[in-house]
Amino acid sequence: MRLKIGAGIVLVAALAAILGPMVTPFDPAAQDLPLRLAGPGGGHLFGLDELGRDVLARVLAGARISFLVGVTVVAVSTAIGTLMGAVAGYFGGLIDDFISRIIDTLMAFPGLLLAIALVAVLGPSLVNVLFALTIIGWVGYARLVRGQVLRARELDYVQAARALGAATPRVLFRHVAPAALPAVVVQATLGMAGAVIGEAALSFLGLGVQPPTPSWGTMLSGGRAHLLDAPHLTLFPGIAMAVLVLGFNFLGDGLRDMVDPKKQLRPAS
Amino acid sequence: MLRFLARRLLLAIPVLLGVATLVFALLHLVPGDPVQAMLGDAASPQSVAELRGRLGLDRPLPLQYAAFVAGAARGDLGVSLRTNERVTAAIAARLPATVELALAAILVALVIAIPTGVVAAVNPDSGVDHVATTFALVGISMPNFWLGPLLAIVFSVGLGWFPVSGRGTLGHLVLPAITLGAPLAAVLARMTRASLIDELRELYITAARARGLPPGRVVMKHAFRNSLIPIVTVLGLQVGGVLTGAVITETIFAWPGVGRLLIQSIGFRDYPVVQGCVLFIAMTYVSVNLLTDVAYAYLDPRIRVGDD
Repeated sequence: MRLKIGAGIVLVAALAAILGPMVTPFDPAAQDLPLRLAGPGGGHLFGLDELGRDVLARVLAGARISFLVGVTVVAVSTAIGTLMGAVAGYFGGLIDDFISRIIDTLMAFPGLLLAIALVAVLGPSLVNVLFALTIIGWVGYARLVRGQVLRARELDYVQAARALGAATPRVLFRHVAPAALPAVVVQATLGMAGAVIGEAALSFLGLGVQPPTPSWGTMLSGGRAHLLDAPHLTLFPGIAMAVLVLGFNFLGDGLRDMVDPKKQLRPAS
Repeated sequence: MLRFLARRLLLAIPVLLGVATLVFALLHLVPGDPVQAMLGDAASPQSVAELRGRLGLDRPLPLQYAAFVAGAARGDLGVSLRTNERVTAAIAARLPATVELALAAILVALVIAIPTGVVAAVNPDSGVDHVATTFALVGISMPNFWLGPLLAIVFSVGLGWFPVSGRGTLGHLVLPAITLGAPLAAVLARMTRASLIDELRELYITAARARGLPPGRVVMKHAFRNSLIPIVTVLGLQVGGVLTGAVITETIFAWPGVGRLLIQSIGFRDYPVVQGCVLFIAMTYVSVNLLTDVAYAYLDPRIRVGDD
């Protein structure tokens, strides 16, 4: 059930992001200053912001940024993390020690702290946000894949492939790494939620996407000055973000239940 | 136990050194000349050279690194460029506010999470359970930089119950504590539910029920007590989330803590303070994780025996 709801939310959000310009006739950058801070109504479903820009058009444009960040960060993090985790788990020894110490060090920075620090010194921009979120993102996949590979490399079919003389990269990527795939897919889905929140948080703090490019985080930050006279500036970007993140979390939870053998043994719930 | 403790402490050393190295490297990641970036383009060559000397950036890199690590080990994180205050003093001055906020948030989280998790676990797959688990997932999906302004709109602007920002009275603490505690409550409620469901399936629970003990006593006195170990562990691990959440929550509510100091220092390009705050938060996180591990081993002898 959750899986379907999550998939539905993510699909609708992706379509809205792609088809944004068709959903609303307004340009997200076009200003109508006399109507600044006007509430929902009069053709503007979500109202107008402090510069008289259509909030719906900006929420949809913000969705494109969120998906761009989510997909890029998750794709690159998954690729790097899977490779590093597979290499560490398969070869063990010094290589494993070296990679594991890097993972431990990066994991010693809680949540977004390292991303905040990196963007603080590199300067606020979308590219730096992508870089910072990837730096903190890949370690989770690496740890996950390393654990899975450590287990898988001892399995009979892997030993058999080795005994048959298969080359190491073939054993690693054809036989061992695929064992980690279901867990990686679940992690990647939840990682999309994390990346969307991460980008919005950095932008909210003024460290991410810079105005006038619309991002849900910058919109929420701009809305703080108008909590009293224009709460719609805070309401709509926030709802959009919470719903999309909830969609990814539902999807991830549903996928996890699907691949969790313990859940499959229990009576259907 | 001592062997376990020594092993965990030894394992923490390379991590702490790695953290210090990364924080040291931050200053050298600034594009161009970090001193010029701090002082701005209009700065005279003399003041640039003076600051470079003050920060020790005119020395060879290995010497700078050694001085940084030695300073950090002594608790000397340098001097703020803006206020000339010692970074450790600046952090210490704001620490009580952050600790107060974090403790209040953890209290809010526990008060919401434990009853929710217990009710959901006692009635698994029921309507109550579905509502509770969905609520928890919504809580996780609701970022604090949205929840905070939302609470401010309703309870400060709309109802006028609490101040919008600042610190001083108990009223000031309510909204920031809820903002920071809500995502933690969601995680803890999920953990409490999962942990208690597992515990309720154990044979000793069946035995307790067979002996005719009242259901409430079986759940709270027997199962819940044993399910606390993973809950405490998750609480320890979530301290990281609370620490970074505090950075955002303090910014939203103008709460004068370490997180706000970090964000303000980023704005002023006061890099020694930025480095100091990042190092301090990461070290706190590593220490809490270490304490959680030790507490876990103390509570569950299987851990330390397995580790030995």
